[in-house]
Amino acid sequence: MEILTDLIRSWFGPDKMSDQAVFITVASTMATIMFIVMALCALIFTWAERKVAGFIQSRYGPMRTGRWHGWAQAVADMLKILGKEDIIPAEANRFFFSFAPILVLLGSLLAWAAIPWSPGFVSADLDLGLFYIFAVSSLVIVGLLMAGWSSNNKWALYGAARGAAQMISYEIPLALACIPVVMYTGSLNTTDIVIAQQGGMLNWFVFRNPFLFVAFIMYFIASIAETNRGPFDMPETESELVAGYHTEYTGMRFAFFFLSEYANLFLVSLIAAMVFLGGWWAPIPGLDFAPALTFIIKGVLMVLLNMWVRWTLPRVRVDQLMHLCWKVMIPISLICVVGAGIWMMLSGQAGA
Amino acid sequence: MATEETKMNSGWADQDQVPGIKSELMELNMGPQHPATHGVLRLLLETDGEIVYKVTPVLGYLHRCAEKIAEGINYKQWVIYTDRFDYLAPMCCNHAYVTAVEKLMDVEVPERAEHLRVVAAELSRIASHLIALATFGLDMGAWTPLLYCFREREVILDLLERIAGGRMLYNYMVPGGVRYDVPDERWVSDVLEFITMLETKKIKDYNQLLSYNKIFIGRLGNVAVISKQDAFDYGCTGPVLRGSGVKFDCRKDDPYSVYHKFDFDVPVGMGEMGTVGDCWDRYMVRVREIEEACKIVRQALDSLPGGSCQAIELKKPVKVPAGAAYSRTESAKGEMGHYIISDGGQTPFRNKVRSPSFCNLQVIEKVGVGQMVSDLVAFVGSLDIVLGEIDR
Repeated sequence: MEILTDLIRSWFGPDKMSDQAVFITVASTMATIMFIVMALCALIFTWAERKVAGFIQSRYGPMRTGRWHGWAQAVADMLKILGKEDIIPAEANRFFFSFAPILVLLGSLLAWAAIPWSPGFVSADLDLGLFYIFAVSSLVIVGLLMAGWSSNNKWALYGAARGAAQMISYEIPLALACIPVVMYTGSLNTTDIVIAQQGGMLNWFVFRNPFLFVAFIMYFIASIAETNRGPFDMPETESELVAGYHTEYTGMRFAFFFLSEYANLFLVSLIAAMVFLGGWWAPIPGLDFAPALTFIIKGVLMVLLNMWVRWTLPRVRVDQLMHLCWKVMIPISLICVVGAGIWMMLSGQAGA
Repeated sequence: MATEETKMNSGWADQDQVPGIKSELMELNMGPQHPATHGVLRLLLETDGEIVYKVTPVLGYLHRCAEKIAEGINYKQWVIYTDRFDYLAPMCCNHAYVTAVEKLMDVEVPERAEHLRVVAAELSRIASHLIALATFGLDMGAWTPLLYCFREREVILDLLERIAGGRMLYNYMVPGGVRYDVPDERWVSDVLEFITMLETKKIKDYNQLLSYNKIFIGRLGNVAVISKQDAFDYGCTGPVLRGSGVKFDCRKDDPYSVYHKFDFDVPVGMGEMGTVGDCWDRYMVRVREIEEACKIVRQALDSLPGGSCQAIELKKPVKVPAGAAYSRTESAKGEMGHYIISDGGQTPFRNKVRSPSFCNLQVIEKVGVGQMVSDLVAFVGSLDIVLGEIDR
C-alpha cells in the first residue's frame, strides 16, 4: 500500500493531490487488481478442477481448446456464458433476482482486501483483518438466500434454505479454529499473524502444538462446507435439488455465482495458508526470495487438496451435515481453544 | 417414533404448530426432468421442508405401445422391441421373450445356443449392475465411481458388439437359438480375461471407493427399509426383493435355459450396515451379483458345447401353434415375464409383459413416506429402475 501511495504521489507530484484523492486512487487500483486476480483465479481453477477430476477419474479432461491440454477451455466457456441470453423468470422478484449475484460476488471479493500477499503488500492492513474477512464472507449467505427466494422456484428455495443453514453453522467452527492462532499472535491483523510464523516450518502454527494441528483440520473441513463444495455441497446437490439456488440463473448472472464459488475456494485456501501454514514464509528459513509466490503456491496446494476431497467422497445428508457441525466440530474446536490456551501457559509462549 | 406415526396417520394439517397461521404441505414435482430420477420418472411429492409426506409416481412419459405393436408384427420382428425395454440389459429381455415363444412352439434349442444366451444375458446383467452402481454413486454425490463403472461397461459393450453386431440394442436372440455364433476363439478368451479382471481387481476398487465408504454407509444404512412383507405385497423381485432378505431367484428356483447346470449363489441382504432391506443391502446385493454372474459366465464358456446354434431357419418367420404360455426369467432388474396368447398365425393375439421395474417402483408409495428428500433420491437409486421397461 505504501509503495503504491508513494508511486502515485511521485507520478502526480507531491502536493498536487489531496490525501483523500490519493487514497481513492490507490484503493480503486487495488480493487481492480484484486478483481482481475480473482477472475483469473476462477478461470484457472475451473480448468484445473476439470483436469484434476479427469486425472482422478482416469480420463483426460479438456484436451482440444488452445491445443496444450485444453488450457483455453475456461476462456471459451466464459465467452460462451457471456453471450448467453439473460433470462429472468416471469414470476421472479426482479430486483432481488438481479441483486443477489452481485451481493454474492461482493461478499467473496471484499474479503480479498485483507489478504497479505507479501510483506507490506496488503490492500487493507486492518487491525481486525481476520475478523473482517469472516464478517464480509457472511454477505454471501444473504445473497444466496436472496437468490433462492427471489427465483420463485421450489428447488432454488430448498437450496437457499439449506445453504443458509449450512454456511451460518459452519462459520462457527471456521472462526473457532482460528482463535488459538489469534491467541498466539495476540492480534487479528493478518500481517501480524503471518509475521508471527517466521523462521521455518516448525514455527508455522499448524506444527506449533497438537491442538493447533487439530484446529487446522477443523478449519479445513469447515472451509469445504463454507465454500459449498463436495462432500458438503448441500445448496447445489445436483442430484437432489437440480442446481440448488442458482437453478434459474443464466448467462452473466450465473457466471457471477460461479466466479464467487471459485474465488471463495481460493480465499479459504489462502486464509488456511496465511493462518496455519506460515503465509509467505518458505518452509526452510532463508528461501524467502519470492514471498508472494510462496504464499500463492501454498494456497493452490490447499485448493488441490480441496478438489481431491471433492472428487473422491460421496455427499453427506443435510441433517448429518448439521450434526457434524454442532455436535462434533464445534465441541472439538472449543477444546482446541482451551487446550491451546493451556499449552501456551505451560510452555510459557503466552503473549506476543 | 410414535409422534412420527401419529403425524402420518392423523394427517399433517392437524399438526400446525403456530396458532393462527395456516400452513400446508408443499407440492413438489420431482421430474420428469430431474437429474436423479433415472430417465423420465416423475414423482409428485408433498413435503414439509425436507420431509416427504406423500409420494406419487407419475408414469407414461416413455410409453411406446410396444405390447400393441407386438400384435401387428411377427414373432421374430418383435425381438428388437424387447431390446428397448431394459436398454441397460437388453440381452436379458431378449432371453425372456424368446423363452416364452419357444415354450409355445415346443422347440428344442441347441445346447450351444443356450450357453451363448446365458453368457450374453449374464454379461448384460453385469453391465446393468455396473450402471446401477455408477448412477447410484452419482445420486449420492460420488462422481468418480461413475466413470470407473462406465469404463468397465465399455469392455462389455465391445465384447457384445463382437458377437451380436450392436453395442446397446442387439436383437441377438431369436426363437430357436441365437443369431450369430461366437466370432472367433479370441472372443471366448477375451471374455474370460475380462471376467477375471473384474472379479479380482475392479470389484475391490468399487468396494473401497464406494461400498465401504463411511459417508456412503451413513447415507444408506437404515434408510428406506423395505420389509419382507412389503416386498411380497408389492410384488418386488430381483435385487430389491433379495435386498430384503428373501432368497428368491428365477435362475435358481424356477430354472430356465441351462441355468440348472451352473453352480452359483444367490446373494441376499443381511443388514450388515443397519436393517435388512435398507438401501445399502439392495446396493450390496448388486455388487455381489456381479461376482456371481462372473462365475456363471466362466462356467458357461468353459463347458461350451459344439454344434449349431440355431434350430429354426433364420430367414423365415416362425409360425406358433395356438395356445397361451407364460415364461418368467430373471432379468437384471428382477423377474421379467412374458405372457403370449397365440391364435396360430404369424403374429401373437396378445403379448403381455410383466416388467420388474414397474412392480419394484410401486413400493415407493409406501416406503417413501416419511423420508427426507435426499433419502428419497437414495431410495429411487437403490431400486434401480429403467423407465423404458416401466412404460414399455
